[in-house]
Amino acid sequence: MRPARVLADLKIVVRSYLRNPVALFFSLLFPIILIGLFGLIFSAVGNASVTVQVINLDHGSPGSVQFLAALNNTSVVKVNVVDWNATNFGTLLGQNDDPVGLIIPAGFNASLATHTPTNVTIFVDPADASSSGTVIGAVEGVASAFNLHLANGTAVVGFTTENVGSKVFSYIDYLIPGLIGFSILTSPMFSMVDVAAGYRKDGIFRELSLTPLTRAEWLTSHILWYTALTFLTAGIMIGAGAELFGASVNITLGIIPFLIVGPLLFVSLGMLAGSVAKTPESAALIGNIITFPMMFLSGTFFQVSMFPPALQTFARVLPLYYVIDGMNQVMLFENSTRALTDFAVVLVTALVIFVLAIRFFQWRDE
Amino acid sequence: MANAIEVQHLVKRYGDLAAVNDIEFSVAPGTVFSFLGPNGAGKTTTTEILEGLRRVTSGTVRVLDLDPWTDAYELHRKIGVIPQDFRFFEKITPREAIEYYGRLFGTHPDPIDLLRRVQLSDKAHARFDTLSGGQKQKVGLALALTNDPKVCFLDEPTTGLDPTARRAIWEVIRSLKSEGRTVFLTTHYLEEAELLADHVAIINHGRIIAAGTPTEIISEYGRPERLSFRAPSALAEYLRGKVGLPVSVADGRVEVELAQKKDAVRVLAAVDASGLPWETFSTVQDTLEDVFVRLVGQMDDGTLKSETSA
Repeated sequence: MRPARVLADLKIVVRSYLRNPVALFFSLLFPIILIGLFGLIFSAVGNASVTVQVINLDHGSPGSVQFLAALNNTSVVKVNVVDWNATNFGTLLGQNDDPVGLIIPAGFNASLATHTPTNVTIFVDPADASSSGTVIGAVEGVASAFNLHLANGTAVVGFTTENVGSKVFSYIDYLIPGLIGFSILTSPMFSMVDVAAGYRKDGIFRELSLTPLTRAEWLTSHILWYTALTFLTAGIMIGAGAELFGASVNITLGIIPFLIVGPLLFVSLGMLAGSVAKTPESAALIGNIITFPMMFLSGTFFQVSMFPPALQTFARVLPLYYVIDGMNQVMLFENSTRALTDFAVVLVTALVIFVLAIRFFQWRDE
Repeated sequence: MANAIEVQHLVKRYGDLAAVNDIEFSVAPGTVFSFLGPNGAGKTTTTEILEGLRRVTSGTVRVLDLDPWTDAYELHRKIGVIPQDFRFFEKITPREAIEYYGRLFGTHPDPIDLLRRVQLSDKAHARFDTLSGGQKQKVGLALALTNDPKVCFLDEPTTGLDPTARRAIWEVIRSLKSEGRTVFLTTHYLEEAELLADHVAIINHGRIIAAGTPTEIISEYGRPERLSFRAPSALAEYLRGKVGLPVSVADGRVEVELAQKKDAVRVLAAVDASGLPWETFSTVQDTLEDVFVRLVGQMDDGTLKSETSA
């Protein structure tokens, strides 16, 4: 392996890549689009507040306003006062796709003043149990507080909340290692399969076979380029995730090994897939068969722990799972022991596939 | 010095088909050897075996005293190859391509010098995918020269090129020879072989059917010099009875084969005596192409091309 030849080839690879607008778009803009898209779709998850439509039949009385303000302050409920007809409120809510409604009865304020029992009415959609539960809980809480206050009581039992684990992660936090893994997989896989089959068809490998460049040198220059691209993509994703969606992940040196072995693995795998195929068409097919299951089942968009057990077992044979899990360990959970295991799995797989790719990828025919 | 290329009993089979069937030839250093044959005759297979890109089924092949298959890596530093229909990285310019090859070979030639040699210096900075067919072929030629090769293999280098581009490539081939390099040229333009080659071998159905200098092949396989008249076929009838030489009719011309030069006088006298009308006359000699067509026989449409019709 001569570094000078690897560098000469790398120069050609980089130039070809940078002069190809489609490739550039996919490697630089696509990560931002992906993170933007998934960030927007799932940003609601986790910090959801339920909007509740309210008819205030006590018409802005101090007591009713105070009650609604308290409800709003729970932050799990967003109060929206409407002046709809109370007699067919249920129908109107249904027509507007509103899952929850609340009616403050007339004389609410007077009831508070005179300590006369009064009822607020909650309308719920049985099909949306979580919104109903949220609103009922919030209303109960506020009503109890009012009752306690009116009875001049003292709150004895209180509570504070703590999150499970050392730190809480939002969906976007998981999405960042997942999407970095996604581009570690897709960017080299799709183009190497194409390159392997296309260069053979166009006789470019034949050309190169007539030079001192070796197959290992050629593959190495491609691995170097995709590693550089992966660093760039990871940077863009971490930056865009933090800037646009407030993601917070650990940016540590521990990410680097995964950003190196990942491209080593998938550039080699793409080359292997493209080399065993006879035609560019079958190469694309083999590439897709390998890529698609990994793309969705390795924890890219959803955590593997959310999958049914059988699918979780399947995920654990996919090499990308270990890339993403490893990055989750260093970027989120700070579990370096497990990250090291993941790294070892990926490294061994990558080396085996690299050797296989060199074996199967022939410059010349018999 | 031994022959630059030495081929003995070369056989290459693909399954049951013998693409090359027991051929032998050798190429002396510093000469231009042209390998001729119709499409599918075995030219490219033979060339690729010599270049170390295909393995022989049996027989011996030596190029610069190396086995092209087992010593390919060493051989490739000493030879230059331009395949048919040369393709390269689409977004790379000729200058960058030469710099690239220069780094791979460790030879670092001046790209502009090399491009000037193949008459492409004005396209030094144009991307490969914007070049015409002839310009792409010239890039291939320039790349084949980056390692200062001892033997150059050119596989139909001018196929599909316009006459100007073809002549430019011919000039380069002549200069390669004048620099002492050996040139192995396959072509199906017979005129090209006749102009450039010191030695020629004609291959058909995997076998060499004729070999030698173009002149030797023409004198061995070609017909004698002929006197040709644009005249009605009645003249042929008349001459057959008078001159005692073979007479043929083709394309509105009557041709009489001359056993010796002075027969021409006799034939002209007989034509004059016939009183039959005739328009023009000329002497005709077989070209390599005429010989080729006769040897190879009736070929499929389009397999034989030439700028000039014989």
